[in-house]
Amino acid sequence: MSWLSDFFGDPANWSGPDGIPARLLEHLEFSALALALAMLVAIPLGLLIGHTGRGGVIVVISANLARALPTLGLLVLFVLLLGTASILPVIIPLVLLAIPPILVNTFEGIRGVDPELRDAAYGMGLTGGQVLGRVLVPVALPLILLGLRLSAIQVVATTTVAAYTGLGGLGRFVIDGFATKDYASVVGGSVLIVLFALAVQLVFTLLQRTTVSPGVSRRVKVRQVASGRETT
Amino acid sequence: MGEPLLSRLIADGPPSLWEWIARNWDTGRVGSIKDLLGDHLVMSLVPIVAGLVLALPLGLASARWRWLYQPTAGVFNVVYALPSLPVFMLLISVTGLSKTTVIIPLTFYAIAVLLPAVVDGLGSVPDHVRQSAVAMGFTPLRRLVQVELPIAVPVVLAGLRVVAVSSISLVSVGALIGQGGLGMLFTRAYQNPFLPPVIVGIVLIVALALVADGLLVLAQRLLTPWVRARRAS
Amino acid sequence: MITFDAVTKRYADGTVAVDNLSLEAPTGEITVFVGPSGCGKTTSLRMINRMIDATEGRILLDGDPVQDIDPPKLRRGIGYVIQQAGLFPHKKIVDNVATVPLLLGWDRGKARSRAMELLERVGLDPAMGERYPFQLSGGQQQRVGVARALAADPPVLLMDEPFSAVDPIVRTSLQDELLRLQAELNKTIVFVTHDIDEAIKLGDRVAVLRVGGRLAQLADPKTLLSEPADDFVREFLGHDRGIRRLQFVGTEGLRLRTDLTVPAGFSGGSPEPWVLAVSDDGRPVGWLRGDGGGEPEPYGTFRPGRDSMRSALDAALLSPSGCAVAVGEDGKVAGVATREALDEALAEAADG
Repeated sequence: MSWLSDFFGDPANWSGPDGIPARLLEHLEFSALALALAMLVAIPLGLLIGHTGRGGVIVVISANLARALPTLGLLVLFVLLLGTASILPVIIPLVLLAIPPILVNTFEGIRGVDPELRDAAYGMGLTGGQVLGRVLVPVALPLILLGLRLSAIQVVATTTVAAYTGLGGLGRFVIDGFATKDYASVVGGSVLIVLFALAVQLVFTLLQRTTVSPGVSRRVKVRQVASGRETT
Repeated sequence: MGEPLLSRLIADGPPSLWEWIARNWDTGRVGSIKDLLGDHLVMSLVPIVAGLVLALPLGLASARWRWLYQPTAGVFNVVYALPSLPVFMLLISVTGLSKTTVIIPLTFYAIAVLLPAVVDGLGSVPDHVRQSAVAMGFTPLRRLVQVELPIAVPVVLAGLRVVAVSSISLVSVGALIGQGGLGMLFTRAYQNPFLPPVIVGIVLIVALALVADGLLVLAQRLLTPWVRARRAS
Repeated sequence: MITFDAVTKRYADGTVAVDNLSLEAPTGEITVFVGPSGCGKTTSLRMINRMIDATEGRILLDGDPVQDIDPPKLRRGIGYVIQQAGLFPHKKIVDNVATVPLLLGWDRGKARSRAMELLERVGLDPAMGERYPFQLSGGQQQRVGVARALAADPPVLLMDEPFSAVDPIVRTSLQDELLRLQAELNKTIVFVTHDIDEAIKLGDRVAVLRVGGRLAQLADPKTLLSEPADDFVREFLGHDRGIRRLQFVGTEGLRLRTDLTVPAGFSGGSPEPWVLAVSDDGRPVGWLRGDGGGEPEPYGTFRPGRDSMRSALDAALLSPSGCAVAVGEDGKVAGVATREALDEALAEAADG
């Protein structure tokens, strides 16, 4: 416990480019950047494949392969090949590993929508785009958000490991501390990362609660449950 | 770190991969590829097996007493969100720089995936099947072993495939505390910039994962012959 | 009016779902497509709003080929009701019903008030508008499905086995509700079912289709029951065709006797074998023997003019006297239809 007070009590740890605020911001930046890039690729692709039903096999294979790829190995490979002149060699594997969870869950979410619903939507005269945007996406939203959450967990963890290959962020406290036997830094950094991961988890849980229709999550306000006979 | 290896690669031609493997496969010392492969197998297999052994009773209890499921699953959900590296680091003070430090968190991740799989698997037993088993006079234990668990097998094995593949790849992060099995090849390659260890490490880990996945698919076919028969008909 | 003009649907693998179908679904009437699975009834229905496109032939909507109309535009003008209702789970009931008006560009307030009005019309509490589909029973969801199809007041309604997923009691009430609505709205309805009883109950015209998508017979229900075109139709109609046909024979002309009723305190002395005891306020109590012995026996009632001969006959068979009790709208006894009177009416029905 004294490691914790050593780490968090040291004013030097709260300022400068290697202080807690700066490292925290870096971690947030890298994670958000990787997640945003992954979303940019995976969501449209998942919507397209789920909506048209073509290319599903590729999605499943890529997901399995991505799980098997060791993150550390991938990071080292890219850094060795491309050097450390920019953060690009680190961001590439980060994005690559973040894509599959979003892709798979978006695809499965859209594909899993009750065909009757799709039928009813077309039957009422919605165009293809309207069916996707107004019916399929809202109904598939829980799975799409699950994909985002899993991907965010993955990105936060990989960003931590990426500190080993020279990337900034909270992983630096842990990696550098371990190398220099500065255990206050290791333990303090670890606690910070854990808290960061929990905060990310919390954000996505809140996002899920606020964006998913209560009709889909079957979570309904008390007032309506009180008047409803068939609520579960 | 000096210049990117890519440019050196282009200048010098491909590295002598096979020569490096032959030289390092079995040196008889700690750190040979064969040695790391053994470590890797131990550190990934123990969490897979332990995870299953622990998730089964937890899942059975959660399926029977539904109120137990939400809080238990909630806790493991949170655990699952924790990055492995800081968890390893925090465990060092308890278990030291040993394989156990890697094995414990991986076991927890495994439970986090397998617990819902076990509960969903048991939930996939159709009610009429359960009812008719009761009506035929199965005791609860026999019903569990002879009816419910076999029907739950496909869902549980699907979860186990995820666990096996991700455990095998996750072990390598342990290299950052000196306990990474084949992951040690990555740190070695980074400290002394050299491509062959990275390539060998990635290929061996992916291959291990694919073999484990294949074995589990095979196990599923042997354990649930009716699934394939249904698909074929 | 919807016109099928030599319509054929052939799939890429060579299967023929609908084979050279020609028929008309007249304006303001319910036309039912009925037949066993694989007869192409749903395919035929779905070709009307171009959920499926015909391979050959034309389908005309009031003379215009549907092939020439852009599918979304076409569909917004045609109500569509399907088996599981297909309600959007993420939208409140009122927004589900308002879907098509909003697509057509109505303003939100107008669309919602129209939706509320329709909920009431299909027999739902407008307060349900604020709920989500999962909070409603199957029967309620199906009513919402009908309301949603009617929202933009389309002249045409396509209904694809809309009531087959609910239990028999709910189904009966949904069928009655549809007939009541149709009496008010006079839509051109095409209704698909595999249930011949539903077809006979709802249809102004019934098209019986056979496997392979060929039309076996197109007729009004009464004709269908009395003159099935061939063995396939006869078999598909099933047993009791004669009895079932009686539900299309009225009871207006049925001769009623009013001299068979006695006060509840009756103690014997009638030359008739059975007399009907009637309470002080004119309601039936039960059949008594003419000699006054025994307790009142059970009786059956029908409403002359409103109920069919089938109901009258059923009422007669429920009582030991073999007579049916005619009651008015107020539940008071209007008279008694004796066996002789029923006989005459049946003989007339058999002739006509």
